[in-house]
Amino acid sequence: MVPTSYYVGVSAVLFVIGALGVLVRRNPLVIFMSIEIMLNAANLAFVAFGERHGSINGQALVFFVLCVAAAEVAVGLAIIVAIFRLRRRLSVDELSLMRG
Amino acid sequence: MTAGLVTFWILAALAVASAIGVVLKRNPIHSALFLVVHLATLAAFFLKMRAEFLATAQVIVYAGAIAILFVFAIMVLIPGREETGTDALRSQRLLAVPVAGLLLVLLAVMLRSTLFAGAGPKTSVAGGVATIGRALFTDYLYPFEVTSVAPPRRPRGRDSARQAPRGLTWCPPRTTSGCRRCSS
Repeated sequence: MVPTSYYVGVSAVLFVIGALGVLVRRNPLVIFMSIEIMLNAANLAFVAFGERHGSINGQALVFFVLCVAAAEVAVGLAIIVAIFRLRRRLSVDELSLMRG
Repeated sequence: MTAGLVTFWILAALAVASAIGVVLKRNPIHSALFLVVHLATLAAFFLKMRAEFLATAQVIVYAGAIAILFVFAIMVLIPGREETGTDALRSQRLLAVPVAGLLLVLLAVMLRSTLFAGAGPKTSVAGGVATIGRALFTDYLYPFEVTSVAPPRRPRGRDSARQAPRGLTWCPPRTTSGCRRCSS
């Protein structure tokens, strides 16, 4: 049996990689992918702790995170497409306002 | 080293390597493909922890919906030189690496506490459809219903469509009498 601390360690490393991607990248699409990595790292920690305590609650919470992630990607990609139609550029450094 | 540990380390290496690939690849389509690998390894992690339903849901929702949506968005947007052009905020971007390192150190200090040490669980719960469905429809009934309502919610009504700013609405390409939505 793999100790829970191993899973949580991998989850921490993945979270840091995702955070680095959010901070470093300039393309909003890749920033969204990095956010997905961070959400998945949290999911991994949830399931690991749920397994450790013999409880189903961790998995139920992951289910909700999955829902929120799917809705967030749908809304976020729609916003990115709308901004691209307006400006013809996709760099996050140029976007400081939500209005045109 | 047992077989469980061997598979764990293989999966961990795959997950970390594919996550690094997402962050480092300049071409967004390569990042999207690395993201698919990453999500698949996480589904394998879930299977390893006996969360069968979550592993299936992960594959369906992420690989089936989110990854496709990403690839579709990349194809529509045709990303240009966001990553290769001149960088106006280079100093801030270089600062990001030590900040991420600090976050890693912080998490490592947290994980060194005795709370997470020790062997695995005594009793393991199989995360099949029956158990997780029972949890969702008893303890988590209210949040479950809220999430089932929230995603399809969208603004509607003709007033909001009529007053939409130019450029944010879709105009049919071959109209001779102008666009009714954005009055252009």
